[in-house]
Amino acid sequence: MSDPLAHRVASATPPQLAHRIRGLSDRTIAWLFVAPTIFLLLAINIFPLIWTIRLSLTNFRTNRPNNAVEFVGLENYRKILTDEDTWIALQSTAHFLIWTIVLQVLIGFTLAYLINKKFRGNDLWTTLIVLPMMLSPAVVGNFWTFLYQPQIGLFNYFIAFLTGADPASFSMIGDVALAPWAIVIVDTWMWTPFVMLICLAGLRSIPPSIYEAAECDRASKWRQFWTITIPMALPFLMLAVLFRGIENFKMFDLVVQLTGGGPGSTTLLTSIDLKREAFEKWRTGYASAYAVILFVTVFGLASIYVKALNKVKDR
Amino acid sequence: MSFSITEPSGRQKWIAGVLVVTYAVLTLIPLIWIIATGFKTPQDAIAYPPKVFFEPSLEGYVNLFTSRSRVTPEDLAALPPPDTFYDRIVRQYDMVITGPSKYGERFLNSVIIGFGSTFLSVFLGTIAAYAFSRFKVPLKDDLLFFILSTRMMPPIAVAIPIFLMYRQLGLSDTHLGMILLYTAVNLSLSVWLLKGFIDEIPVEYEEAALIDGYTRFQAFTKVVLPQAATGIASTAIFCLIFAWNEYAFVALLTSGTAQTAPPFIPTIIGTGGKDWPAVAAGATLFLVPIMVFTILLRKHLLRGITFGAVRK
Repeated sequence: MSDPLAHRVASATPPQLAHRIRGLSDRTIAWLFVAPTIFLLLAINIFPLIWTIRLSLTNFRTNRPNNAVEFVGLENYRKILTDEDTWIALQSTAHFLIWTIVLQVLIGFTLAYLINKKFRGNDLWTTLIVLPMMLSPAVVGNFWTFLYQPQIGLFNYFIAFLTGADPASFSMIGDVALAPWAIVIVDTWMWTPFVMLICLAGLRSIPPSIYEAAECDRASKWRQFWTITIPMALPFLMLAVLFRGIENFKMFDLVVQLTGGGPGSTTLLTSIDLKREAFEKWRTGYASAYAVILFVTVFGLASIYVKALNKVKDR
Repeated sequence: MSFSITEPSGRQKWIAGVLVVTYAVLTLIPLIWIIATGFKTPQDAIAYPPKVFFEPSLEGYVNLFTSRSRVTPEDLAALPPPDTFYDRIVRQYDMVITGPSKYGERFLNSVIIGFGSTFLSVFLGTIAAYAFSRFKVPLKDDLLFFILSTRMMPPIAVAIPIFLMYRQLGLSDTHLGMILLYTAVNLSLSVWLLKGFIDEIPVEYEEAALIDGYTRFQAFTKVVLPQAATGIASTAIFCLIFAWNEYAFVALLTSGTAQTAPPFIPTIIGTGGKDWPAVAAGATLFLVPIMVFTILLRKHLLRGITFGAVRK
């Protein structure tokens, strides 16, 4: 993780040197420098998390502060895990997660592979491709509802132009069958560049000498791709999947603006479901338990995945 | 450069270029459409088939910045003739301008909260990263992992207690509250990125300064900071972009005074349906600075994205 060289150099510094310097001691400076960060993170991340866990064991409701708060044990957790709606939300999230990752990895890797051919002007085009991921998902997501309008929307017009269908005959965000794909399309449009950049870093990390050696051994291009390019870029690809996975499990802003979870609950991802429980139905205790379950799920899945990733890296 | 057998052929480069450029053009259409719609009249914006060529109009921008109310034709006729272009645009619809809209305020909030939190998270991040990079901090690896893991929390999950906490402390819907919150969210990224940049600066520079009689603090401000300037700048851009784009927290924790532009822009409505040109105008003013930023600073930004991600 940290630079071993820096460590070796630091520990090789003669101890007398430290005594000779004036002013604050290194120890004091170290604490002075780290303390504000730790304090802020404790106050705004850890303390709330502990509070969430405590709330999750009660029936507290924010909109009824005068009601007696009762300790209900794991009742909230039991309710959530046996509620069919939770599983429907998890299914929607899984659909969203799997398809966005598959599409973004396929398109992102292909783009990175093509950009790595170093055609003229490739860095300018790379920058232009990256633009969507730099923008506010809420603002852009909101504008996509305009592009998705039947009849007047540009997206529908474009599809109609390609397929000959009537542009007014389908509504990407109003149709139960199409809405889950509407959010996949926008997320893919927005975040493919991220996967592309990570893959590009991976491809650029492969030393050309390996290809030259393979070329001398008369390995075919196809074989080089599968035995050199893919294995060597794999740790990077997996890293990109990890980041997109965590981000899309938490997905809120883009989808809330696009579909708001509808129609019905077809795009009701867990984060949106959680927001409804917490800030519309004001079931604070219940929502807190929900939040804890989601956090544990992300954390657990991510830890397992990181273990697998480290295995691939060490290979 | 010498000829290499692994260099792609001219034909390969050409095909790759065509494919990438095609993707780039397709992917940019929605963004171009936002900018174009901002300059359309409401009628042109909802025309079928969608209008690619149109007569530009500033109506969207006028509607974005003003509140208007409808008046009867008699009252309108009784008014003195309009003396500005925006008055003229508004009067075509039997309306008069009653005052400025909330957009300016919301945009200003985005600027205050964005820059405030960026300054704080880069400042705190730099000193913490320096300490982690150069000193033996007890439980260093655990602390670093803890800092990183705070990023895995879904925003809505922490929003419940923060909502309650802010209400108690009187921080709900305040600039300070949002600045502190965004600082906390950005700190993990900023500590990790900056630690990477500071690790790359040779320790010998500071040691030389210490021997020359600088204190540790002077060595930090006069030797390390200038060396880390590029790293600090690119970290700042990432923090700013996050704060600028954030939606979940600000939508849940603010309602007016400290609300930024992202939750406000989607709520812009006109008379009789959504005023898409005004929405697009608001989005354009909000998004274009980031686009320009990205293009101008592409070298640092693109490196920062992969650097930040790959290092973790």
